[in-house]
Amino acid sequence: MSVNLIITGVGGQGNVLASQILGKAAVRKGLKVTIGETFGLSQRGGPVMSHIRLSKESNAGPIIPPNAAHIVIGLEPLEALRILEEYANAGTVFIVNSRPIYPLNVIAGEVQYPDIEWIRSVISQSAKRLFWLEATSMAVDLGGPIMLNMIMLGALCSLDDFPITCRDIKGVLKDIFEESKLELNYRALDIGESMISSIYN
Amino acid sequence: MKIISQKKGEVDLLLQGNEAIARGAIEGGVIFCSGYPGNPSSEIIETLAGAANDLPIYVEWSINEKVAMEAATAASFAGCRALVSMKQNGVNVTSDFLTNLTLSGTKGGLVLVSCDDPGGISSTNEEDARIFAKLSGIPLLEPATPQEALEMTRWAFELSESIKNIVMIRSVSRLSHTRSNVLIHDLPDLNPKACFDTGAPFHTFPVVSKHRARNEKLNTAAELFENSPFNRYDGPDKPDLLVISSGCSWNYAMESVKILGLEGKVGIFKIGTTWPLPKTLLAKHLKTCDQILFAEETDPFIEDNVKSFASDLGKGVGLKTYFGKASGDVPSCGELSPACLIEIIGNIFGISHKNRSYRDKISALIKNSVPPREFGFCPGCPHRGSFYAIKTALLRDNRNGFVSGDIGCYTLGIWPTGFSQVKSVHAMGSGAGLACGYGKLEQFGFDQPVITVCGDSTFFHAGIAPLINAKFNSSDILLLILDNSATAMTGFQPHPGTGITAMGHSAEPVDIEKLCRSIGVTVKEADPYDMENTAGMIYDLMKKSGPRVLILKRKCALVQGREGGFPYRMHVDQDKCIGEVCGCNRYCTRIFRCPGLIRDEQTQKARIDEVICVGCGICADICPQGAIIQEKIDEPGISTSLPYKG
Repeated sequence: MSVNLIITGVGGQGNVLASQILGKAAVRKGLKVTIGETFGLSQRGGPVMSHIRLSKESNAGPIIPPNAAHIVIGLEPLEALRILEEYANAGTVFIVNSRPIYPLNVIAGEVQYPDIEWIRSVISQSAKRLFWLEATSMAVDLGGPIMLNMIMLGALCSLDDFPITCRDIKGVLKDIFEESKLELNYRALDIGESMISSIYN
Repeated sequence: MKIISQKKGEVDLLLQGNEAIARGAIEGGVIFCSGYPGNPSSEIIETLAGAANDLPIYVEWSINEKVAMEAATAASFAGCRALVSMKQNGVNVTSDFLTNLTLSGTKGGLVLVSCDDPGGISSTNEEDARIFAKLSGIPLLEPATPQEALEMTRWAFELSESIKNIVMIRSVSRLSHTRSNVLIHDLPDLNPKACFDTGAPFHTFPVVSKHRARNEKLNTAAELFENSPFNRYDGPDKPDLLVISSGCSWNYAMESVKILGLEGKVGIFKIGTTWPLPKTLLAKHLKTCDQILFAEETDPFIEDNVKSFASDLGKGVGLKTYFGKASGDVPSCGELSPACLIEIIGNIFGISHKNRSYRDKISALIKNSVPPREFGFCPGCPHRGSFYAIKTALLRDNRNGFVSGDIGCYTLGIWPTGFSQVKSVHAMGSGAGLACGYGKLEQFGFDQPVITVCGDSTFFHAGIAPLINAKFNSSDILLLILDNSATAMTGFQPHPGTGITAMGHSAEPVDIEKLCRSIGVTVKEADPYDMENTAGMIYDLMKKSGPRVLILKRKCALVQGREGGFPYRMHVDQDKCIGEVCGCNRYCTRIFRCPGLIRDEQTQKARIDEVICVGCGICADICPQGAIIQEKIDEPGISTSLPYKG
């Protein structure tokens, strides 16, 4: 068993924390985990990408080889689109949050943000499966956009054959979050899980 | 107790490369740790500082890398084990001390960790600090995985003590910021007693004999390296290609060979003990193969040293074909990756691996429709206000003035987010140093006003000396200290102005304003959120001569977000904003460029992105129609980011 997973988004979306939590859950399950984090100037609006590699046998390197991602979590649609050519293949499963975060050069009117339905269709044509989720609005309803990463983790853990479950994630959250924050995060995971299962069924 | 400081070992933890280095140091018996923040190294000292509550160790953020190095060395001179960490630029700063230290020698195990940044992911350069190991005569270890980072750091103290020389560990961003399973070991019982033996001084005299002694220490290290577990070989006895690799590149080489199905033809020799080279071991491998590929970042350090050694061996190893940076087969700059090595090794064997049809399909679908994501100041960042005020003042002054920049978040002033006002950026404190020179050029016809900017942490690091220089030489400099009360770029580490130390103890803050006044320069203070008033003050100060300081004081928006949030809810009055007919030419979105203020393509008007806007309110003044409305809220929205328990 080996899984190459990419979580991609923009600084401030909780990418690094989500991959750490997932990684901790995987280690507790006895898996070999390697997470390569690229953040650089991320806090200043740049892209952030985590490469998460799970295996039963041995620790992989920190960068996923070209076109070798099994699953891509797009916290932001443009960032999911950006990595398509380099890392995806016809068998990749995408879970993408539909809410754009506009780059400054788009806000300034210098370049165009691609049409959101077009992004959806390109990814859909290029992947084995695309789960297109309105996860930011669910996060805002729940308590704030910061809940997005947990919703997306919940969705990820409900994929068929994914080795980590929402229950595993909750086990990790219990040890790293304050008591008062737990219920909200559990609910975010459940929301993600139900978004996927409602599509599956 | 933090997991990182747990006494009992043989536990499998998910650790970041930098955390593994910190744990390795603790397992290696370190008691004194110092450093200066800089990505990708910062988490080493942060982790150790976190462990300092549980363990009898001392950890500090020093004022700069040179002082950090010297402070750690004092512990070594007093017989204790010490670690100092920094990014590659920091090694330049400390190099003067370092080059003398290797002549004087050390006592307690002393380890320097340099975290380099191939690709310049979060740096002004992609310098390869390994060259300092050769330059100064330091044994050099290069870990390839977090586990090895732990083992090497742990062992480095022993090596240092056995040869009485500092030892260098070189990480790279991709290792420092990789998390993986790390098996930790038991912690030793510490009972340090620091004492300087006055009968055994440390200095560099007589120079030549100390130099000779240093060379002998390196020879001893090279002998130890011959049997080091950090060097290994995977592959056939007589490979068609021998890849000599170090650090993260080793992971990429191993995976590439597997993907290409060349395990039976390619051998991979991993060097963990990069300097001095283990020559007997190296000669053994060189004899097995006539084609050699070098996989290392960033400079051809191993490549040059191996080639030089192979030419010494002459006929003993035979004529080689080298694939490396010199031959052009390996890119001479930037990071390596599996993609890169698959291509290089594939080219040597005439194999193409790329998923061409898929890539062509995507490329045809997407064409050039993916805009790059421009870097920008965070919503609420005081630097946006500072640079807006600078821009306003320079325009009003109209003498072709410019900004001499420095290192920190405000380096982004070179880009549109800072209105492209910054025209030069180099090293810590260089903005003010350059300004000292511009300030003396008037006699040669220089008539442009120069504003230099410097953050609070950078000011303490390297900004004070140029300010004193300006006073001494009566240079016309205008230094804007962008005081956001944080070392924001690297993750909010404390500095002398913050009133708290790395270990969380309170410390009387060094008052920047008083410090500047004591130098005898003009000092003023303004709030960068009050952009109009700040612009006026900058403009007035530009008209004056001699050394002048304007402190622009306002907390980093990310810190403010955590500490209580912002007072406003913003909205754009859709009746007042008249869009394209206004004549403002979309001033708020095109020029001001705050990510919280966007343009609605349907209505062709500005609006607030409520997911991004923090409510700082500074944009309320920029709209000529007064359409950007700030509404005071009773309970500021405290950032919902989730605090860790431990």
